[in-house]
Amino acid sequence: MSYLRLRTVFTIGLVALALAAARHRAAAEAGDSWPDVARDAFNGRPLADGTGLIAIEMPARAEDAAIVPVTFRTTLPAGDTRVLKTFTLVIDENPSPVAAAFKVGPGVTMISTRVRVDSYTNVHAVAELSDGQLYVVQTYIKASGGCSAPMTKGDADKAKIGQMRFRQFAPSSAGIASGAREVQIMVRHPNNSGLQRDQVSLLYIPLLIVRELRVWQGDELALEMDGGISISEDPNLRFTYMPNGAATFRAEAVDTDGRVFKGEWPADQAM
Amino acid sequence: MFTILDSSRKRGLIAAIGTLSIIGVILVATATACASQEQIEPLTVTKVADGTYAHVGAIALMSAENEGAIANVGFVVGDNGVAVIDTGGSVREAHRLLAAIRRVTNKPILFVVNTHAHPDHVFGNAAFAAPTVFVGHANLARALAERGPYYLDSFRRRLGALLDDVKIVPPTLTVDGETKLDLGHRTLTLRAWPASHSDSDLTVFDETGGTLFAGDLVFLQHVPILDASLRGWLKTIDELRRVPAKKVVPGHGPIADWPAALAPEQAYLEHLANDCRDLIKRGVPLAAAAQTAATSEKFHWELFEEYNSRNATAAYSELEWD
Repeated sequence: MSYLRLRTVFTIGLVALALAAARHRAAAEAGDSWPDVARDAFNGRPLADGTGLIAIEMPARAEDAAIVPVTFRTTLPAGDTRVLKTFTLVIDENPSPVAAAFKVGPGVTMISTRVRVDSYTNVHAVAELSDGQLYVVQTYIKASGGCSAPMTKGDADKAKIGQMRFRQFAPSSAGIASGAREVQIMVRHPNNSGLQRDQVSLLYIPLLIVRELRVWQGDELALEMDGGISISEDPNLRFTYMPNGAATFRAEAVDTDGRVFKGEWPADQAM
Repeated sequence: MFTILDSSRKRGLIAAIGTLSIIGVILVATATACASQEQIEPLTVTKVADGTYAHVGAIALMSAENEGAIANVGFVVGDNGVAVIDTGGSVREAHRLLAAIRRVTNKPILFVVNTHAHPDHVFGNAAFAAPTVFVGHANLARALAERGPYYLDSFRRRLGALLDDVKIVPPTLTVDGETKLDLGHRTLTLRAWPASHSDSDLTVFDETGGTLFAGDLVFLQHVPILDASLRGWLKTIDELRRVPAKKVVPGHGPIADWPAALAPEQAYLEHLANDCRDLIKRGVPLAAAAQTAATSEKFHWELFEEYNSRNATAAYSELEWD
């Protein structure tokens, strides 16, 4: 073994050790709920390392604990014909770790949303690709400092609950090349994670969240989300899709009170 | 005065220590224990007007070292008693505030007013007890119930053992609109505001002293923190400026002339709003927008790095609905 090779092996070993130590510290700091959550949420199915196939982006520190942007992408190598089927977002140390589960239509390679982060935690993205396998990647996020809290910003304006906004974006350069486009759906909703009767103030704030949100392009499902209490107030999804020539987009949201909110918008063919 | 002992007294002292060493140790221990209870160092307070005092907190994040004492706290003295305005970031700080009050007056603490629900303003509440009346915005109880347990948990990391005594104490008198508190020949006007800095902002106007305790509706030096509604806050500023005060005790930063003190904060918030509206219009996603909005304000404020991205995140999410 040449000196250079030896040194390389040694360096890799050191880096691996350092990474393992860092991971261990992170896990110790955050507690480690992942093995249990993974087993329960995915019925014990094996989770393969998704590095190089999928990616998750979050800031290193939650700026505002109530609104933490998270972006999931597929990063399949050129020529890989597999496509995304489902994506599940797990915030390990949140009170209800499975933040949301998505089913996707054609052309979804990116999903962006906003979540609440309660404490220092690992975050896992688990994706099922068209080969039927589950793949996982993870990141680590520090809880916010200061006075922000992972709750609604105030008493919601009840008259506005269920309002929807839909936005289509001009294609990015990558979008022009692939034919994919990007849209955003927003739903006014307190997404209140609920509160047991508080012994001091005697207040009780019931759980009230959007549990399903679906978007169709014509009659074809573009994206479906089963959401939990970790999704921020005013649920907000931005994602890619492949235009199918349909004239309209439709959206439907259902909350835990059984209320159904609907919207429909013309597809902007220029977008 | 007692730095020099003559030799005979010194010898006597040594003899006494020698023969009564055990008792000596006990006496020293007892004296130390008493000292730690009695010699609570009073907070440094500034006399804003006759009977009106405020302590200006450190421009910093809450920590064990600063005892959580980062917010401005104050008190107003009337003929019948005292109103305390905010209790600080730890029970320890509140005890120091109480010690400062006792240097000025022995009158009872009639009211503890909390200007909103954030930890640096309410964590000292447990230093006071009935018959003191706890006063806050109509939304304060809800905000404390929702956030209190989370704050107690998350601030353990910052405050350590100082958190042991901290309890979430909700208001026993709530304000919706306007309420007057009578301290005896001294009336405080309390006003509850729509969602602005937070959703439980309450101001205290001491007309006699010409002083407005603005809570976190006014920041100076310390970068403003947005935790409820940017649009609401800008509207509130327009209304708040009409309060006929001469001086303001802001939530953070130095005591200043009123209403001139509003200008820097208003400029920052308008900057933040304009930048976010532009970023939203251009379709820049939230994560990227949070890194760029209002960055031109950077050199006007302390703790800018700690809070600006957070403010931009909250502002963008709100203004997206315009």
